[in-house]
Amino acid sequence: MRIKGLKTLSLLCVMTSATSVMADAGKLLATAGLSQIEGSGGGGLVPWATLAGYDTRDETSASVFMTNVDVTDYRLSSIGIASSFYDRVELSYAQQTFHLPVSLNKALGVGEIKQNILGAKVRLFGDLVYSDYPQVSIGLQHKSLDQNTVASYLGAKKDSGTDLYLAATKVHLGLVAGYDLIWNLTACATKANEMGLLGFGGDGNNHYQMVMEGSVGLLLSPKWVVGMEYRQKPNNLSRVEEDDWKDVFVSYNPNKNFNLTAAYVDLGTVATQKDQTGLYLSMTGYLW
Amino acid sequence: MVSFIKASVLIFCLFLVACANQNKAPESLYDDVGGQPVMIKITDNFIQEISFNRTIYQYFAKTNIDRFREKFIEYLCVSTGGPCQYTGDTMLKVHQGQKITEADFNTTVDLLVAAMKDAGLTYPQQNRVLEVLAKTRREMLYQ
Ligand code: HEM
Repeated sequence: MRIKGLKTLSLLCVMTSATSVMADAGKLLATAGLSQIEGSGGGGLVPWATLAGYDTRDETSASVFMTNVDVTDYRLSSIGIASSFYDRVELSYAQQTFHLPVSLNKALGVGEIKQNILGAKVRLFGDLVYSDYPQVSIGLQHKSLDQNTVASYLGAKKDSGTDLYLAATKVHLGLVAGYDLIWNLTACATKANEMGLLGFGGDGNNHYQMVMEGSVGLLLSPKWVVGMEYRQKPNNLSRVEEDDWKDVFVSYNPNKNFNLTAAYVDLGTVATQKDQTGLYLSMTGYLW
Repeated sequence: MVSFIKASVLIFCLFLVACANQNKAPESLYDDVGGQPVMIKITDNFIQEISFNRTIYQYFAKTNIDRFREKFIEYLCVSTGGPCQYTGDTMLKVHQGQKITEADFNTTVDLLVAAMKDAGLTYPQQNRVLEVLAKTRREMLYQ
């Protein structure tokens, strides 16, 4: 599934872009944003209104990313690909692998959970840097788990689901003592427990819920961005508590082909394990 | 979790205070970057950058560079709050008919940033200049 999904998506990208102009000079450095943990263009934990890549309205772009989150009791790795078309539409695919600690592994008989995420995003209006108002996009992430043992054991109702979000992002040139400020605000309708890794809906609540997600960042130089993020989470499972997520990040963009981001993340309680903090590392390569 | 929020809020406040103090200087951006000699330096560097960029140079192939130099210096001066008169045409009028694409606009901004950097502007100064010049972007693109 994983290889097949990746192949289909990359083939799709290659086909649609073969005849069109490709982005290299495109947008300003660092304005492509990062690869979000679920594959969309964004910050690290929060999807933004930015599209993944440096394409302008005459160009396409594609990128691949790899992210690792290593917290107290869990590890999550995520790999994926995103393509963006004419600064208008973004398509993405990501596969997450959630590694459980040995103690849970023994109790549940499951060592890891995989989740596939297909994403689509459309920029409705605005230009991140140049319009007076923010860039606003609408997007969805369709998620499905490869097995529902853990999810149903914890009381989740489904092993697949779709998140819908509306995001607004803006760069203010030179706003803070001459440094560019970037902010993002996202409203997301979701049923996902821990991003979907613990299933969708639950015995506590089985309806879509609106959660808010936000980020602020400062461009310290054309290459370095620092910032923080906050992601509100629903609480659908009566037996396992779920906390909001937050992080502080540093992002390095040496050129328009590469991005490296490190963050300290605080995920709170995840699947009964308290105080899940640790390191987030992400790399994005822009193919064109 | 509470300590994390507290720490973040504290850092953010410190930051705002630091910035508020810096913003107090009443000096214009023009004076801050170094006045007329720097306007001239930026413009000359910019022309140099354009002459080495195949894509952007094409737009200027038939341009009277002496006129462009004079008007661009004036434009930079006025935009940054300097004591000058702009005697050139409006941004809409000069860039009309050129069909400037978004990608080429962004490339030109990269060239201008390089020109400012070579003229000794700090990164915050470059951002401030860009902020005032970018306001007319809509009048330049795809016209
Ligand atoms: C921040 C962006 C820009 C600013 C502030 C700016 C400013 C100016 C100014 C002040 C002039 C002289 C006006 C006059 O002669 O009356 C000018 C002319 C010109 N600009 Fe721009 N410009 C910008 C972006 C661009 C871009 C992106 C292109 C093309 C890629 C471009 C191409 C030209 C050309 C070809 C001329 C000369 C037109 C002629 O021959 O009469 N400019 N610009």
